[in-house]
Amino acid sequence: MRYQPLNLGRWIIWGFTALLMIVLPLVFKSGFAITLISQMGIAIIFTLSYNMLLGQGGMLSFGHAVYSGLGAYIAVHALNMASKGQLWMPLSLLPLVGGLAGAFFGVIFGYVTTKRAGTTFAMITLGIGELVFNCSLMFPGFFGGEGGITTNRVFGEPFLGINFGPAIQVYYLIAVWCLLSMALMYAWSHTPLGRIANAVRDNPERAEFVGYDTQKVRWLTLIISAFFAGVAGGLACITFEIVTAENVSAVRSGGVLLAAFIGGVGFFFGPIIGACLFVYFVVALADHTKAWLLYLGLFFMAMVMFAPGGIASLIMMQFPVIARSRFKELVPHYARTGATGLLVLAALVLTVEMTYKVSVDSANGTMMKMFGVAFDAAGVVPWAIAIGLWIVGGLLFDKARKRLAHAWGEIQADIAGARS
Amino acid sequence: MNPGVTKPALELAGVKKSFGNTEIIRGVDLAIPKGERHALIGPNGAGKSTLFNLMSGRFPVSAGAIRLDGEDITGLKPFQINRRGLSRSFQITNIFHNLSVFENLRCAVLWALGYKYSFWHRLDSLADARRRAEEVLLAIGLESRRARPAGLLTYAEQRALEIGITIAGGAGVVLLDEPTAGMSRSETAHVVELVRSVTEGKTLLMVEHDMGVVFNLADRISVLVYGEVIATGTPEEIRANSAVQEAYLGGLHKEESGPEESHA
Repeated sequence: MRYQPLNLGRWIIWGFTALLMIVLPLVFKSGFAITLISQMGIAIIFTLSYNMLLGQGGMLSFGHAVYSGLGAYIAVHALNMASKGQLWMPLSLLPLVGGLAGAFFGVIFGYVTTKRAGTTFAMITLGIGELVFNCSLMFPGFFGGEGGITTNRVFGEPFLGINFGPAIQVYYLIAVWCLLSMALMYAWSHTPLGRIANAVRDNPERAEFVGYDTQKVRWLTLIISAFFAGVAGGLACITFEIVTAENVSAVRSGGVLLAAFIGGVGFFFGPIIGACLFVYFVVALADHTKAWLLYLGLFFMAMVMFAPGGIASLIMMQFPVIARSRFKELVPHYARTGATGLLVLAALVLTVEMTYKVSVDSANGTMMKMFGVAFDAAGVVPWAIAIGLWIVGGLLFDKARKRLAHAWGEIQADIAGARS
Repeated sequence: MNPGVTKPALELAGVKKSFGNTEIIRGVDLAIPKGERHALIGPNGAGKSTLFNLMSGRFPVSAGAIRLDGEDITGLKPFQINRRGLSRSFQITNIFHNLSVFENLRCAVLWALGYKYSFWHRLDSLADARRRAEEVLLAIGLESRRARPAGLLTYAEQRALEIGITIAGGAGVVLLDEPTAGMSRSETAHVVELVRSVTEGKTLLMVEHDMGVVFNLADRISVLVYGEVIATGTPEEIRANSAVQEAYLGGLHKEESGPEESHA
């Protein structure tokens, strides 16, 4: 059968992913690392669910946090009821409650939003997002007002010694749900509805003329997407033990769009990469610098301008080159471009951090430490170094980049020539 | 006309269409019996494509009724009309650009095979969908392009795929809007054979400018001028019709007399 080798590769990739998820917390044992990979797991589900809309269905949503957030709210109330004994439910099934809640709101809100595609859809999702966020302030009983709803994930008797108190146990719960969700969303993309969603994305009119009600295709896709968003919401509720209005906010909705785009919406695995990077930016970088949001914004801009297909497309571009054993010609170019790029990055970081030091953070004095060197951000020398780095790094990077582009162009021309 | 005992496959009764104050279709009556290959000809701006858009549900009619196998389909949405067995192609290629040729065809057969909005079937395990898509792939001669994204096909290949998507669902009534537009002579000959083979046993209505193609394929011809059918009949009758010659055919027919004979 022609599909056989592909399937084998698929099993290897899924097996490797599962293994990685099991092994990661055994290698990185710190509390911070566990927090980081736990959040990455949640973000992967959320971003993949978002990409069912954007990448697979061609629906640009500005309000996807509505489904994860409301899923999280329902989950937190369910959890509180369960811990009071009003509801029998093991904690490990809470994400399912979140998912069903997400799907329920998908049925309601989706019916309105998916009436139209394109810009109209985007605008309505923005409106629904604002509506729900404002409801969170209007109905403090359900949304908990400014403080949100808090909970405690540990309740009842431990099962086989597992009570989900320690973060590592929560991580493995997330890992199981993440793997399951990834597999199901991947499977969805290979069902009739998944394929027709692609068709509706490409050409809604033609889809109508082969028998499909495009409105219904969008609606069903959104409901399924909202289910997985709700699963992510349920897991977030377990991890943080608090759900606030921020969970349904436009910031969350924008974040998932950024994550999906950075990773690449054109490939199934793109959003997985995007989610991990995004969480790294938000969690890890925020620990190191106040300017993390600026870096995220710049990174996003750079991706949109130079690699609109996201990191996934950058990776996929290499395969034809590797298949023709030409990749080694590119390695020195990549190394040079990367090294000179680091110089520019250093110049950027130095400038941004010194600017923050002398403006936002000047109350604490202007002494700072970077790259292991202590210096005065108000002094002339550090700024001169920064300018020097900009000029030298910029020139070298530009040269390396052009040489890379040239080498790349030659290889592509050879490949195209060999094909025709 | 043809008052047969069976209901016509496609019937238009007093169909009118206005855009604003402009009446584009000014009362068209047309009955196409089952199994007939019917050509709709007429000068540019006569309203041929508009008529197609009305029949396929793309635009609502302003007045009149359209019946498919005797059932009223006036005012139905395109997907509803398609499900009742009418499928159409487009003058400007209308395919799923990012999907492979094979996936384009598979998308076109899913509804007809009853998979609807299923998210519990695995596509690759649907043997009937694959078989039907492969059949059409073979019929339109694009086996070698199977995995290529449809957007990267040549123009002629895209036109063939356009026809493939149209017939893949197995609709009994097929509307083809200028299947040979913009094609070279050899490509046109190829498309004529393709259309002939894939519409075997079906009812075909096509808009076509190439008179060679029209006289070669059509059992009957209708001539549309300024939103009205001025004549309907066999190719011989149309050729002999003085009103048609006067209004339209005369000049064009002379130009196109070459390819008509050249096809064997």
